[in-house]
Amino acid sequence: MSSETLTSSEYIKHHLQNLTYGKLPDGSMGFAHGAEQAKAMGFWAINVDTMLMSFILGALFLWIFSRVGKKMTIGVPGGMQNAVEWAIEFIDSSVRGSFTAKNDMVAPLALTVFFWVFLMNLMDLIPVDYVPQLTHLLGLPHFKVVPSTDPNATFGMAIGVFLLVIYYSIKMKGFGGFAAELTMQPFGKWGAPVNLLLEGVNLIAKPISLALRLFGNMYAGEMIFILIALLPFWAQWPLSLPWAIFHILIVTLQAFIFMTLTIVYLDMAHQEHH
Amino acid sequence: MNINATLLGQTIMFAMFVWFCMKFVWTPIIAGLEQRKKQIADGLAEAERGKLDLELAAKRAAEILREAKEKAGATIAGGETRASQMIEEAKVQANAERERILTGAKAEVDQEIFRAKEQLRTQVTEIALAGAAKILGREIDAKAHNDLLDKLVTEI
Repeated sequence: MSSETLTSSEYIKHHLQNLTYGKLPDGSMGFAHGAEQAKAMGFWAINVDTMLMSFILGALFLWIFSRVGKKMTIGVPGGMQNAVEWAIEFIDSSVRGSFTAKNDMVAPLALTVFFWVFLMNLMDLIPVDYVPQLTHLLGLPHFKVVPSTDPNATFGMAIGVFLLVIYYSIKMKGFGGFAAELTMQPFGKWGAPVNLLLEGVNLIAKPISLALRLFGNMYAGEMIFILIALLPFWAQWPLSLPWAIFHILIVTLQAFIFMTLTIVYLDMAHQEHH
Repeated sequence: MNINATLLGQTIMFAMFVWFCMKFVWTPIIAGLEQRKKQIADGLAEAERGKLDLELAAKRAAEILREAKEKAGATIAGGETRASQMIEEAKVQANAERERILTGAKAEVDQEIFRAKEQLRTQVTEIALAGAAKILGREIDAKAHNDLLDKLVTEI
């Protein structure tokens, strides 16, 4: 274990650092070694591990599902098709339950959100040292396996949802209707500034809560795994096993919450008055 | 842990995934599910119709059976009456035949009797003539006494 040569705090910091690619202080392009260098890269840097893992997981999900979609039979479904159909029907009933307007985009969106987030969260159950040790052999200084512990990933999705909320708000109610919704309630037209403040906070709170809830849960879970990994080896499994079992619940629950809130926000965007 | 361009990359990736999911996952699978739902509904309707058909067929079969039974009963009854009728007819015919044969026989017998009588009569004439000749001792002139003899014959 690499922690033998590191102090506990160095070990934790090492595990919480993304593999960031950007402009190094000396002017060349490369991977950041440590949080200070990553910070110094500014906005125009990219977390390669987050991008790579989330792409692999999303592509895996879409590959499996689209293969079933292509080979779909109307007769008796095989094992894989059965599982996929069950998942699709689960999402479909969730969407039908919470989304009252008509929009063919929402259900596939919910499906993607649920399985992508679920798979990203599921990476948390891989023992914390396995992948970083492996990539260390490839010469990469850091590697975070769980994309949803990177706020960039969760905020990236939340911004996507937020843009859809704004798009459908304007599409359904018109620009004037959306502006009126933000300024004309709850205090009538003379309270417009206060209304705008309240409704603005309400609007902005949606993506922020969406992103931070997922990020916070996964980050905390990951942190506990890292702390357990610092213990002597005989004390690790009695702690990490129950936490991992409990974490299966969190992984699923957070994916489900993210999906449900996405549906609910989009439903609110389609409603004339709420 | 800091926010950087990954944010944009993730948003773009998210949009691409949603688009792909909509086009290649959701649409074909939901279409397949709908198609299967329709097929099952059709199958159930078909089964219902089949059951109805079966019921109708059973009803029709019972009807046909009943009709056949009725027809058979009628045929048997018809046969019976025809048979008795035929027997009656035969009886009548037989009776007529018997009458005919009987009358024929009677006529024949009468004829025989008549012929025998005729013969007897001629013989009686001869005997009477012979007897008379013997008694008189002489030849009787048959011609002279013919009318007398004829009278005798008719008397007998």
